[in-house]
Amino acid sequence: MSGGSGGGGGGGGPSLMDSLFQRTLDDLIKGIRLHTPGAAQSSFISKSLDEIRREIKSTDLQTKSTAVQKLTYLHSLHGVDMSWAAFHAVELTSSPYFLHKKTGYLAASLSFRPSTDVLLLLTNQLRKDLSSANQHEVSLALECLSVICTPDFARDLTPDIFTLLTSSKNFIRKKSIACLLMVFSQYPDAVRVCFKRLVENLESTDNAQTLAATVGVFCELASKEPRSYLPLAPEFYRILVDSRNNWVLIKVLKIFAKLAKLEPRLAKKVVEPICDLMKRSEAKSLIFECVRTIVTSFHDYEFAVKLAVSKIKEFLLDTDLNLKYLGLQGLLLVAPNHLWAVLENKEVVIKSLSDVDRNIRLEALRLVMSMVSDDNVTEISRVLIGYALKSDPEFSNEILRSMLTTCSRNVYEIIIDFDWYVSLLGEMARIPHCQNGEEIEYQLIDIGMRVKDVRPELVRVGRDLLIDPALLGNPSIHRILSASAWISGEYIRFSKNPFEIIEALLQPRTNLLSPSIKALYIHSLFKVLSFCLHSFLFPTNSSLSRVIDEPDFTYSESEGEGETKTFSNLFTKESTVNMLTLVVTSLTPLTETHDVEVHERVRNVLGLAKLAQEEISREVNQNDFKTSIIVRLINDALSEDLGPVSLTAQERVVIPDGLFLEENLGNLDTICANVNIPVSESFSLVKHVLTDVDYVSSQQNEESSEMSGVESTSTSLLSKHRKKHGLFYLPSDIPENDSRNFPPANDPNNQKDNDVEDLVRLTEESLVLKRKSNVPRPRPVVVKLDEGEKFTVTRAKTESNDDLISGAVRDVLLGNESSSYKGKSHDSHLKDGKSEIGDSSRRKSKKKHKNVEENGERSKKKSGGRHKGRQRADGGVNVAVQNPVIPDFLL
Amino acid sequence: MIRAVIIMNDQGKPRLVKFYDHQPMEKQQEIIRSIYGVLCSRAENVSNFVHADSTFGQDTRLVYKTFATLYFIVIFDDSENELAILDLMQVFVETLDKCFSNVCELDIIFNFNKVHTILDEIILGGQVVEMNSSDVVKAVNDISGLEKNPNSILRVSKSISGWQGR
Repeated sequence: MSGGSGGGGGGGGPSLMDSLFQRTLDDLIKGIRLHTPGAAQSSFISKSLDEIRREIKSTDLQTKSTAVQKLTYLHSLHGVDMSWAAFHAVELTSSPYFLHKKTGYLAASLSFRPSTDVLLLLTNQLRKDLSSANQHEVSLALECLSVICTPDFARDLTPDIFTLLTSSKNFIRKKSIACLLMVFSQYPDAVRVCFKRLVENLESTDNAQTLAATVGVFCELASKEPRSYLPLAPEFYRILVDSRNNWVLIKVLKIFAKLAKLEPRLAKKVVEPICDLMKRSEAKSLIFECVRTIVTSFHDYEFAVKLAVSKIKEFLLDTDLNLKYLGLQGLLLVAPNHLWAVLENKEVVIKSLSDVDRNIRLEALRLVMSMVSDDNVTEISRVLIGYALKSDPEFSNEILRSMLTTCSRNVYEIIIDFDWYVSLLGEMARIPHCQNGEEIEYQLIDIGMRVKDVRPELVRVGRDLLIDPALLGNPSIHRILSASAWISGEYIRFSKNPFEIIEALLQPRTNLLSPSIKALYIHSLFKVLSFCLHSFLFPTNSSLSRVIDEPDFTYSESEGEGETKTFSNLFTKESTVNMLTLVVTSLTPLTETHDVEVHERVRNVLGLAKLAQEEISREVNQNDFKTSIIVRLINDALSEDLGPVSLTAQERVVIPDGLFLEENLGNLDTICANVNIPVSESFSLVKHVLTDVDYVSSQQNEESSEMSGVESTSTSLLSKHRKKHGLFYLPSDIPENDSRNFPPANDPNNQKDNDVEDLVRLTEESLVLKRKSNVPRPRPVVVKLDEGEKFTVTRAKTESNDDLISGAVRDVLLGNESSSYKGKSHDSHLKDGKSEIGDSSRRKSKKKHKNVEENGERSKKKSGGRHKGRQRADGGVNVAVQNPVIPDFLL
Repeated sequence: MIRAVIIMNDQGKPRLVKFYDHQPMEKQQEIIRSIYGVLCSRAENVSNFVHADSTFGQDTRLVYKTFATLYFIVIFDDSENELAILDLMQVFVETLDKCFSNVCELDIIFNFNKVHTILDEIILGGQVVEMNSSDVVKAVNDISGLEKNPNSILRVSKSISGWQGR
């Protein structure tokens, strides 16, 4: 330390002392290692950086080189920024000394970004080094280019790389081929120049590495757009049969896996050689690649699949865990088309669920999930729950997660017995370390809304979860509890003992819940309370209304009677008074809470409870109770079911006349200045409409005046509001038989009239299609929304993925190949095809050339008068276009 | 293609970091940290594959191998064969062993440039260009020879450090 910093006193240029006593990279590394990680080390690094900043300005290349070396090291392994030193790295690449050049290139390839500003300064140096006589200099330039290549580099250096493709030195040739991939991806037009020579390199049997590099490039290209490479199939076939190099064979197999999907006749031809390879090869990597190729792309060939599965079995039984893991993966690939292969190895798979290796367990789990069908879902779930109980928390959650996704797939397609499934969800919540609260919460509520028949069971499961005080101690399942509370509130009419639920909702440990869930608890309490009061005040009505509410709800007569009986016994005056006392005493402390939501809801409940308490204890005639009226109204309001809402509902809203969505809302401020628009959401809307009658459109005006006319009861207002929403979400002019029709969110009439029937028919159809089974118990109706809901989303996603994958290369390659394809039979088409390519590629590279001729011209100009390169490039284009196709191979 | 090659020690300290597709520095460090997090939680004698989809996109894999105190890590996509990449790592380690005779972590720490040279002879632009370790050694020796080219200026400081270094 003393040497460097002491000697370099001169503030300006570095002195002789600096270069004499410059710290080398070794010294720097030693220094870093001497300092303990943390503050000491980082202060040492920043001190060294100061030195480097000074040294790097040195006119002496050696000093500079060492400084850049140190900086590169710090950048690569300690994350130090070196973008400021980019110019110095470029400077070093032009040094006559190999060491400096190498240092410069290493720094460039490790630190340069497409955005680095001095990037273009490197172009000439790269060109110079690419044509150097020293193969290692060429190699440096290629390595650097392969990492930092930009469209500009690729465009300017294509001719140089083109020259290297026929280099007599394999050392150069293999590297330039590997580098080509990056050049193609940055500058698709390079394909037109270099493609022919790349193909020629497929025939270079003299050097295995060159061939491997070439096949590797084709493998990468084909993975993006395989169709363009079909004409090269004969070449690949020759390699597949002749080559003895495993690396090459693996890549060729990968190419065929892609090609065979496009051309069935090809599959017929290559499946034999692949099987031979699989039989005779000793290399596990090659065998596995054969297996993978067969099971993904040749799964129609029974004998090949059988052979592949036998190899998979060998892998599965191997003691090497890597092979076992890959075996499971192979099995997973077979599963979609040949489930028998999985069933054959069922034991190994199930046993692997408890393997020490997490990877293997995960693969096994995926395999088990692939076996699940509606026949065995109960059985498999039982096994899996068993494994979830004894596995480590992470894997246990993994199991639960896959069960949840598999079972809920396609709107619970594989679930026949929903009662069972709901109790399974309850069971999952009780598994220690369960982290899937959110998903279980979602599914509980989702099923509640979609499947009417399961609601009694759902309430039972919810109750069991709610009354267990131990569950409140686990924050990760609070979400499930919140779902249970919601279900208990919403479907309280199915509860055997509502008082029990009130007690559960009020138990002291609920203070462990977060405010938002606590608020939900209290709101559910409100629902249960109003139900209980209703049952108490209108004892005959309660059982009656239940039947009216659920006309299509079928439960056995005896059960219904029994419940009615218990209900009338349950709601005595005494029990009701006790309940009210419990509610009031438990909730009163919460009026002090700071959370607005909880506070608000507590006030609501207390208001109702206190009123009822007072009136019931006064022992006046029940019919005079104010509570009676309120409770009836509330109960009416709450008795309507909430339906699921389609994700695409919003899109289908027809824009009302007179509403201009794209209107500038700038002058809204002046209007709003006079009106006090309530900030809160949802129900305040009604009030909002009433206040600024003058400003809304005539249509709404009509409605609101209508509303203000019938303001008499809250229920009618509420139903109006709902009706309005119904109208709003669902334009009534949708044809009745439109398949996109879906049940409205809050419109019970509409739903009952046609949609439910529609849906019943739909689900029945899907059931009939799937299975003419002899299920002992009919599958309940599952309310599905429009089919498009989910699929549109996934489809859009894959499309955009395709776009990404195909990239720029595809257009040009596709055009090039297809034109060469046509070239053989129809020469006249050639020109059109060519200009097409020109167009597409020009669009891609955003150049403004008018036609193909000019397009060709451009590459000449760019090559800067290097005649040789130009001529060759031109030749390349022509030959590439006439590249012969051997279609009879395919026939 | 191969997306990255990383060597780190069992403390999570990177010893060699080479990304073949552009990743900003912060992302690189984050990736290294997350990889270490995954690897150090894995028991010994388990399989060597890890899914890397979350950091490198779909269908990417990570293969690692432990040699003494070091993790050798290769990240690649579905254009490569898992077992072949394991072989490749074997070639890489063999080459290191030949170049440093009985390679240990210190060799890799103090030969930052040379390790990069070796790697560049094996993988270029994410493509494997050489699988024969003796050919790699030959090329690396040629390069070392060029670096010590008598024509290049030998600084006093360099020779001083040379005495201290060993």
